[in-house]
Amino acid sequence: MKKKTIIGGALVVLLLGGAAAAFAVAWRSAIAAIDPFKPQSFDAALVKRGRELAAIGNCNDCHTVRGGKNFAGGLPVPTPFGTIYSSNITPDAETGIGRWPEAAFQRAMRVGVDREGRHLYPTFPYDHFTNVSDEDDRALYAYLMTREPVHAPARANRLSFPFDQRVVVAGWKLLFLHRDTYKPDPAKSAEWNRGAYLVEGLAHCGACHTPRNVLGAERATAAFAGGDVDNWKAYAINAQSPSPVPWDADALYAYLREGFHPDHGTARGPMAEVVSNLSSVSVGDVRAISIYVADVFGAPSPDRKRQGEAALAQAKSGAAAPAKDLPGAAIYAAACAGCHESDRPAPYGGIHLGLSTTISGPDPRNLANIVLAGVRPVEGERSPIMPGFAASMSDAQIAALLNYLRSRFSSQPAWSDVENIVAEARRTQTAYLETSAGARNVPADPPQRDKP
Amino acid sequence: MMTVKVNGQDHQVDAEPDTPLLYVLRDDLKLNAAKFGCGLGQCGSCTVIIDGKAVLSCVTPMVLLDGKQVTTLEGLGTASQPAPIQRAFMEEQAAQCGYCIAGMMMRAQALLQRNSKPTDEQIRAELAPHLCRCGTHMRILRAVHRAARLMDTAELVPADKRSAQ
Amino acid sequence: MNASVILDRRRLLAGSGALIVSFSLTNAFAQDQSPPAAPPAPKPPGSLATSPYLDSWIRIDADGGITVYTGKAELGQGFKTAFQQIAAEELDVPFTSLKVVTADTKLTANEGYTSGSHSMQDSGTAIQNAAAQARAILVEEAAKRLDLPAENLRTENGAVIAPDGRKLSYGELVAADRLHVQAQPSSKLKDPAAFKVMGQSIPRVDIPAKVTGGVAYVQDLRLPGMVHARVVRPPSYGAQLVDCDAAAVEKLPGVVKVVRDGNFLAVVAKGEFQAVKAMQALSAAAKWKENAQLPKQDDLPSLLTTTLASKDSVIFERSNPSASSRKTIEATYTRPYQAHGSIGPSCAVAQFTDGAMTVWSHTQGVYPDRAAIAEMLRVPPASVRVMHVEGSGCYGHNGADDAAADAALIARALPGVPVRVQWSREQEHAWEPFGPAMVTKLKASIGDDGKIADWNFEVWSNTHSMRPGGAGCLLAAQHMAQPFAVPAARPLPLPEGGGDRNAIPIYTFPNAHVVHHFLPDMPIRISAMRALGAYHNVFSIESFMDELADLAGADPVEFRLKHLDDPRGRDVIAKAAEGFGWKKGQKVPQDRGFGFAFARYKNLAAYCAIASEVEVNRETGRARLVRAVAAVDSGQVVNPDGLTNQIEGAIMQSTSWTLYERVTFDESRITSVDWQTYPILRFDAVPEKIEVHIINQPGKPFLGSGETGQGPAAASLANAIANATGKRLRNLPLTRKRIKDAIDA
Repeated sequence: MKKKTIIGGALVVLLLGGAAAAFAVAWRSAIAAIDPFKPQSFDAALVKRGRELAAIGNCNDCHTVRGGKNFAGGLPVPTPFGTIYSSNITPDAETGIGRWPEAAFQRAMRVGVDREGRHLYPTFPYDHFTNVSDEDDRALYAYLMTREPVHAPARANRLSFPFDQRVVVAGWKLLFLHRDTYKPDPAKSAEWNRGAYLVEGLAHCGACHTPRNVLGAERATAAFAGGDVDNWKAYAINAQSPSPVPWDADALYAYLREGFHPDHGTARGPMAEVVSNLSSVSVGDVRAISIYVADVFGAPSPDRKRQGEAALAQAKSGAAAPAKDLPGAAIYAAACAGCHESDRPAPYGGIHLGLSTTISGPDPRNLANIVLAGVRPVEGERSPIMPGFAASMSDAQIAALLNYLRSRFSSQPAWSDVENIVAEARRTQTAYLETSAGARNVPADPPQRDKP
Repeated sequence: MMTVKVNGQDHQVDAEPDTPLLYVLRDDLKLNAAKFGCGLGQCGSCTVIIDGKAVLSCVTPMVLLDGKQVTTLEGLGTASQPAPIQRAFMEEQAAQCGYCIAGMMMRAQALLQRNSKPTDEQIRAELAPHLCRCGTHMRILRAVHRAARLMDTAELVPADKRSAQ
Repeated sequence: MNASVILDRRRLLAGSGALIVSFSLTNAFAQDQSPPAAPPAPKPPGSLATSPYLDSWIRIDADGGITVYTGKAELGQGFKTAFQQIAAEELDVPFTSLKVVTADTKLTANEGYTSGSHSMQDSGTAIQNAAAQARAILVEEAAKRLDLPAENLRTENGAVIAPDGRKLSYGELVAADRLHVQAQPSSKLKDPAAFKVMGQSIPRVDIPAKVTGGVAYVQDLRLPGMVHARVVRPPSYGAQLVDCDAAAVEKLPGVVKVVRDGNFLAVVAKGEFQAVKAMQALSAAAKWKENAQLPKQDDLPSLLTTTLASKDSVIFERSNPSASSRKTIEATYTRPYQAHGSIGPSCAVAQFTDGAMTVWSHTQGVYPDRAAIAEMLRVPPASVRVMHVEGSGCYGHNGADDAAADAALIARALPGVPVRVQWSREQEHAWEPFGPAMVTKLKASIGDDGKIADWNFEVWSNTHSMRPGGAGCLLAAQHMAQPFAVPAARPLPLPEGGGDRNAIPIYTFPNAHVVHHFLPDMPIRISAMRALGAYHNVFSIESFMDELADLAGADPVEFRLKHLDDPRGRDVIAKAAEGFGWKKGQKVPQDRGFGFAFARYKNLAAYCAIASEVEVNRETGRARLVRAVAAVDSGQVVNPDGLTNQIEGAIMQSTSWTLYERVTFDESRITSVDWQTYPILRFDAVPEKIEVHIINQPGKPFLGSGETGQGPAAASLANAIANATGKRLRNLPLTRKRIKDAIDA
């Protein structure tokens, strides 16, 4: 983001914030603290429901850090405005939400205000959670309040002025927090509606998959047109999807449930944790999400369909595409083809690169991330392992490889500035790998996965 | 014919560009330390150092090595003049069958070259790509800590007094 | 069996003025002389008794150089070093003045397999006694020459020394004579109090080469003119090669030959990577008809207990009707197929020159492998020589013997050329013979006195050894055009046992009934894997002991002691508990659990008790070993550090088996074919601390310790997890998902 636009945006927010403050701040009172509950006071079925909803909401992904205790917070989330650390949502009385009555929890979910009346930064996606029903909030509350309390004080956010003033958030909410963005559509099936409720709400897919404006809010007119998160690109999941093979509900279902799909690849980066969580969610809910998102993708045009079929045919036939006389060709043949042109099925064999979305995507960032770091094994689980090439390839070599892959395996125009993107990926990827708690339920063939 | 610089020396080898470095080291240069454990980049037995970084030589084709320097365990020291990492592993008797050990040592060496005082947690994270089937893990960790200490004291010895490597 | 070999050695040594101390069965003489009913002569100890024709164990050259011969193999346990210590001690020579030669059908005794934790007991004992008796002979010879009583002489540093300082070196003493002596049944062994090298943690002789890139493994062998071979294995058991157009493969760069013999298919090339590429091309060109019908992976327990035919035997029975039963519980424990997963896939080199086949292999049994290879090639065993060269840890019968057979078969097709066969990772994972799946059912009662009144134990298992003996045990022989049938499976006899190893409890119960259901049919290829049935049987018994202790409201350690008479076992239990800080009624920290387990391997070998602390993440189900404290009694300790290394390793290995490992397969093929699909322990699961306390027993017989830790480590973990979660898991592996499901239930 350019500095000018940030400053410009900041001034706007400040003005608005000033105005809004009079209303917003005065209006947000503290809610009285309660004595921390004992786990037994919640109905077991409710807690179980809450567990599933927390998986859909991907709560542990932000609120658990590598080496840290469950839900104790502390994950650094880089934003254009600085770094925000996730909070402790264990029922610890001092440092967590142990003293929060249900009403306070619901208010946080609905309008992004904590028990004491302070505004929460929208890094906590309450612009989506505002759609969560009372019933579901109740279940989530029951689940969180029955977790193990962990004494872990919040880490101070690293935001520059004026963003470190929470009153600024009040202005942001005025502009961007819309209530009832989700409304059931009677023309659609119950499943579709369930999917819409989940996706627009708890699953908060748009939080990653929708581009944001200069003030860091999702652009309503560009819903699901792709976004950036943690130095990864979350691809467009609407009609602008760059995937060589168009997605349908069945493929989505398999991908979200198993973590991979033979025609599309394996969920990596931040998405790995999403599918890890979804593997433990009921079949019905995952199917509902798939149906809704398939509709967001929209039915592919006949042209796109044809291209998809051609890509699949090429991948399955194993016929060698005409060799391109690029420096990257030799690298690909020597370092990649062995796994990526074998007939070992997904997820343990490398995907045929003609099917890879990342190669057809708008920029090479994700591809650079994967080539550098590979795919790491998950402790004790059958899971794909790809070696990383950060140590054996220079930036120039990786750039040559990426340019070759783009040229050979997609029909899109060449990327630009590839070597710099690779250098940047090398620098920032390490941070992500060091802080993320990592996915547990990994891409694996169906019998090996968790049952819901 | 390709030229590759290994342990400070240039070698001409008759290898195709797609030949993994591991085979060149073992078959053309007759070096034993880097081992074939899987050929898939899953176990770490083949680890060597290229330009200061630990690399899985079984998935590193020759085409990538232009202008780079390869160091194998043999390049660090000998039985009669062992490097600190080799001394440390001998002193800790950090081996059972020993097949995984050379790879572990190269990874540890690369770590110590860039971080001379790693924490236990950092060493464990660094060794994540490496498998040991005999269960020698505790000793390997002790040996790496010991090597860090040995390298630390070695720093105190003036350069002209150190034995030739 | 080995007569010709002995002759070779005699010829070899003729005129070199060496002292060879060798042994033969005294029984042979007894038979010839048809004596009156005299009691059979007592046998000399260890391997000195069991091998009818034993080669020399100790050789001393005229220049004083000493060579120790063992029929056992160095597997990474440190035996070479231990045997060197033993011989040096009893011969009274410096440690560095001897060298050890290991398993070689041309040079060493036939000690069968290096397995079953027998090496110290059999070979170590033989070497100890042989060395002691050799020293005595040398002293006798010196006494003669010096005209002094033998008792007045002492030995030091390879020489016999008189009180007045006159000295005769061992080399001088053997120069005049070549002695050929039978072993006495007993030897005058050194007093442990005087040990100089035995009982010391002498650094291993093999480690320096391993950490400096020396030649150390069969994988490092490079012979002049050696070529590289790769086998193309069938996609599944019993597949038939219906077509293979190898013409294109034969033209690939470097390819020397494509070898096809029925379903056995291999390619040989000058360069190793050329062989790899040729193998890939040959694999693509091969068309197979698959026949395998594997059982349902999730149905294994019912397959074993209901579907497969079994031969049942009661292996232990004890009855005391007066013991009263108050409360009864029962439980079933299961184990999947598990893999050796050797880190270095199997490898062998073979050369066929002038009708003689030489094989370099990391087999555990050079003699049995030789016999099998000879049978496969349809040649006399004497024309085959198998030499052990170290491989990576094998943990039992892995692909080593098969790789040796592959190499021999291919070498025969290329006379005069050394052929190196290297298995791929996928081949090792898919074709090695696995540790068998097992089921145990236990039922026991607690009496009014809070002790176990009644104990029932049943175990279902395949044999735990399909090692060659018999060419049909070798893959190459099974796949050849004129194949050899897989021999009928036989159970390993007690007291050692196979599937029933450690099935008989070491505890004393008034009523006990132990049944072994031997399953001859092997739908999946299996053989010996470290600890054999003891891993699962001890896991079952020791888990169940905790379940019973819980029923009786007793502390797990105290409960075990209540039922154990063996004083050495009791000491080991007390030591581990003390080292851990185990206290009755102890408070366990949040999310943690403490577990205890004990066993004596085979009820004959080393004793081991392990106390563990485990942390379980209640959200994810992940179990992490935090620390383990072990105590071990292995009799006279030869190398304490070596023993510690073995026990630490046993705990790590067993933790991996117990938390993660299971061979997977679909309806026709093995699907766990690499580290993606058969994950094992990595550094993120290594505990904070492992402590090993050794109870040394100077002067007592050596007890095998290479397999003593695996069973107790597994049960200790399971008990700790149960303690942490309040839920008992009985189906191995104790995966994160299973723990999570148990917690959530």
